[in-house]
Amino acid sequence: MSKNILSAREDFPILSQTINDLPLVYLDNAATTQKPQVVIDAISDYYRTSNANIHRGNHSLAIRATQAYEEVRKKVAAYLNAASPDEIIFTRGTTESINLVAYSFGQAFVQPGDEIIVSQLEHHSNYVPWHLMCQRRGAIFRTIPFDENGELDLEAFQQLLNEKTRLVAINHISNSLGTVNPIEKIVKLAHEADIPVLVDGAQAVQHTAHDVQAMDADFYAFSGHKMYAPMGVGVLYAKRKWLEKLPPFLSGGEMIDQVTPEKVTFNVLPYKFEAGTPNVADVIGLGAAIDYLNQFDFAELEAYEDELLEYGLGLLSEIPGLNIYGNIQKRSAILPFNVEGIQHYDMGILLDSKGIAVRTGQHCTQPIMDALHISGTVRASLALYNNRADLDALAHGIQRVIRLLKR
Amino acid sequence: MSQKPSIAEIERSLIEDFDLLEDVEEKIEYLVDLGHEMQKMDPALKTEDRLVKGCQSSVWFDIHCENGLMRFSADSDSLVVKGLVAILDKLLNGQPAEEVLKMDLSLFEKLGLWHHISSQRSSGLAAMMGHLKQAAVECLEK
Repeated sequence: MSKNILSAREDFPILSQTINDLPLVYLDNAATTQKPQVVIDAISDYYRTSNANIHRGNHSLAIRATQAYEEVRKKVAAYLNAASPDEIIFTRGTTESINLVAYSFGQAFVQPGDEIIVSQLEHHSNYVPWHLMCQRRGAIFRTIPFDENGELDLEAFQQLLNEKTRLVAINHISNSLGTVNPIEKIVKLAHEADIPVLVDGAQAVQHTAHDVQAMDADFYAFSGHKMYAPMGVGVLYAKRKWLEKLPPFLSGGEMIDQVTPEKVTFNVLPYKFEAGTPNVADVIGLGAAIDYLNQFDFAELEAYEDELLEYGLGLLSEIPGLNIYGNIQKRSAILPFNVEGIQHYDMGILLDSKGIAVRTGQHCTQPIMDALHISGTVRASLALYNNRADLDALAHGIQRVIRLLKR
Repeated sequence: MSQKPSIAEIERSLIEDFDLLEDVEEKIEYLVDLGHEMQKMDPALKTEDRLVKGCQSSVWFDIHCENGLMRFSADSDSLVVKGLVAILDKLLNGQPAEEVLKMDLSLFEKLGLWHHISSQRSSGLAAMMGHLKQAAVECLEK
């Protein structure tokens, strides 16, 4: 039987504290999620019992640490439904995963005059690496616009696709608006033109379907820390055919086969892309987070979060002067808003004085803020441990702030 | 015209005022009131080149140096930040540039403006102070 979602909150020790003498209401989950005790324990257990440098050592601890590390690769492959664990590369996070592809793919496949397509809904981490790669390679940076509802303009996307397009990089879920992009459709359109797609799954992998074969993504990037795992560990999934063709990104130990003054040859997949001593403890933490998530019925978890989001949207929409951004058909876990006449920064700082943690500002999505002609938003974002009481506290807090600032 | 009180004197009086306020919410309410009471900045002066970099909200400073004294007008689109600007205005407007250079931000701890406002980068307090000190250095070089 799957674990009851309503009991999840008890698994996260950080959530039981008070802030400014009030119970913490943590609604900044799109920035980072909190960690369950099992993840915290997995990291400290590793250092207490198994710490050693992996792969090359032949003593018992090294073998134990290597097995634990490689076990997580299998867990990630299963979680994503990847065809093989060899298609899973451990990185520091989504940003590094995307930089890896931008660098290596750019080196191998992008020539002057070629084109790369990203969307205007991207986080800077799936925007800037492509921008820089285009500069390096003399390629052209194209963007898919979004409409007044906060949804991508797929007609414009189809028109952008042409014989010079080399890659499409797009997020599954917008970190700023919560838009769930029609990723299967985008991948299908790109593949019809024989163009690979990188999917930024940073806001999706913990909330919605994450079957990379079903979505047919060529590359899929995500961070551990937004899915209840530690900071400093992330994943790049890539189809084997791409990993075989791409040159290495970082170089050094672990990733080599033979090293002589004349020639360096590379290790097999996935090690070719994992230079240096990896972040073993946090990879093991990621494994514990996946085990934790696997206790839930994922469809039930998604339905719970969607219902919570609807509840929150309903509460906020009743507050006079409050404007929710995006009129999105399918939204996930993110409530972006402003209140007329109140700067987002002021809202954030005053909600904190009530123990409520939200994010304010541009959320690393300046192109979205520019398109909406705003300097930023207040963003409340959900995780599986949130409940209706958190959203009641948010709505009540916002009303207090309005009374305080609009005297 | 009576001489402007020293920075230390103004600090003491601000600390006394804030001590009377019971909780964070009251302190912020008072801070916002200070912002409202501050002399309005000419909207024409709110230009890109007068924006202070490093703040989450927009903060404009128009700074002049007159006979070694710092004079400025300032504003922010954030009411909380505007309150912080008002405190800097009370303390530093019309003070000698040397005194502005000596100013540190420990006052904001003493006012009980909790850790956020006094230390969070996004409040831009450090950026604003850096901006004023840079102007003070230029003032002394003249």
